[in-house]
Amino acid sequence: MSGAQGDIVSETLILVVKIVLGLIWLLGLGLYLTWLERKESAVMQDRIGANRASVFGLRLFGLFQPWADAIKMIFKEDFVPAFSRKFLHGLAPFLSFFFVAVTVAVMPFGDVLRLGGRTIRLQILDVNAGLLFVLAMLSLGLYGILVGGWASNSRFALLGGMRGAAQVISYEVALGLSLVGLVLVYPSLRLSTIVETQGGLLFGVLPKWGIFLQPLGFAVFFLAGLAETKRVPFDLPEGESEIIGFFSEYGGLKWGLFMLTDFLEIIIVSSLATTLFFGGWQVPWLGPEGFVFPWGGRWSLPHGLVVLFQALAFNFKVIFFCWLQILIRWTYPRLRFDQLMDLGWKLLVPLGLANIGLTALIMGLVG
Amino acid sequence: MITPWQSFWAIVRGGLITARHFFVNMTYHTLRLFRIKTRRRGAVTIQYPEERKPLPPRHRCLHRLTLRPDGQPRCVACMLCQTVCPSECISIEAAEDPDPEIQKVPARFVIDLSRCCFCGFCVEACPEDAIRMDTGCIEMAELRRTDLVYGLDKLKS
Repeated sequence: MSGAQGDIVSETLILVVKIVLGLIWLLGLGLYLTWLERKESAVMQDRIGANRASVFGLRLFGLFQPWADAIKMIFKEDFVPAFSRKFLHGLAPFLSFFFVAVTVAVMPFGDVLRLGGRTIRLQILDVNAGLLFVLAMLSLGLYGILVGGWASNSRFALLGGMRGAAQVISYEVALGLSLVGLVLVYPSLRLSTIVETQGGLLFGVLPKWGIFLQPLGFAVFFLAGLAETKRVPFDLPEGESEIIGFFSEYGGLKWGLFMLTDFLEIIIVSSLATTLFFGGWQVPWLGPEGFVFPWGGRWSLPHGLVVLFQALAFNFKVIFFCWLQILIRWTYPRLRFDQLMDLGWKLLVPLGLANIGLTALIMGLVG
Repeated sequence: MITPWQSFWAIVRGGLITARHFFVNMTYHTLRLFRIKTRRRGAVTIQYPEERKPLPPRHRCLHRLTLRPDGQPRCVACMLCQTVCPSECISIEAAEDPDPEIQKVPARFVIDLSRCCFCGFCVEACPEDAIRMDTGCIEMAELRRTDLVYGLDKLKS
């Protein structure tokens, strides 16, 4: 095998491995978020939560529960109502799932890993408009809701789908506006560049994270992101407690796919919040050679350990935001539809616009 | 008039309350996991089939027919319980007893537990203290309704 050809083969192999690992990360975390949700809500409400699923008498705090749920859902009847549009009814959950799962491709899990003379970027695809890609895919996920609601051919499902469309489109605007200020500060749409820029220091001490540069942008982004996940304070499309929403006519694994999409959306919103506002894989003061403290200290680390720290930092931050979103889901009651629209159009959009103006003004004054 | 600041603060406080519950309960759970004794538990749950709440002494549950020293039911088939039963779930067939002091015994004594409302009137009505509801048995689920019709053999104790 010639050198160039071997290079292509190995590059392809690396890409395939990265895709598989990324999907395992996303789906595994999504699966265990169902466990985290049940346990966290239970602990918040002075209960214990699911702890009965066992393998050979081993319970492990109900860690097998997601698998039991998955097996149960696989063996349920795949029921398609006679009045539905069959093909689209089957397609909708996959649309919804696909457009969320594909966004994991641009998430930077870490900096580069040097392995045997090879430099591997810990990111499946380093798209130069990664931010736009994520936003586009998140809005395309709307088609899953809309098609699901429409193809069910039932009034409740259609109304749920319509509510979903109205909500997602409204909050899409605020989500986009909240990120414009960020793009002004880190002049790039490439997610890896944004994270690398956040490795710098503010005033020589504070890490240059988005939360310190764009606090208002983060508030708007996080609220709009919460609405994008379509979970409880903003769960009007699906009505989680009554299931009078776009997936009223779904059952079994297709319903499970819609539900999993919700959890994947939590992960994606958490990953975005981490990547854009909390330094992604950056650990404060950790450079490629080790820690360099602003007060003069220095602690050299081998390359492998640095990469491990970065990947762990990313995962820790993502799981923290997942925890926070679940806390919010189990704390607040649902908004009324007019309140939802008020919050989106009368609060978040003006705040997002003000954030852009403010950022531009400050950047113009400073330099 | 609620100002926007007040409502915002109320929202934040709600989140802080649930977060406090989470962290306090997690602390107790973790301490107990490492076998450290704590004053209270992280959850109020009673893990039912293994762990049970003690029933109060006057709790009304499955009936039993009390027995004489010779093993016969104390019941004299006076039909008072059958008469007073608001769910009409007791049915008694009387038979003659050779002992002139007793005169009547139940040949059949059937309680249909699927109809019983556990009001305890039968216990109150009984002049012989022959029926009581103190077995402590509260698990009477069956797959068929006919299995819930208890006869003398199941009620005697």
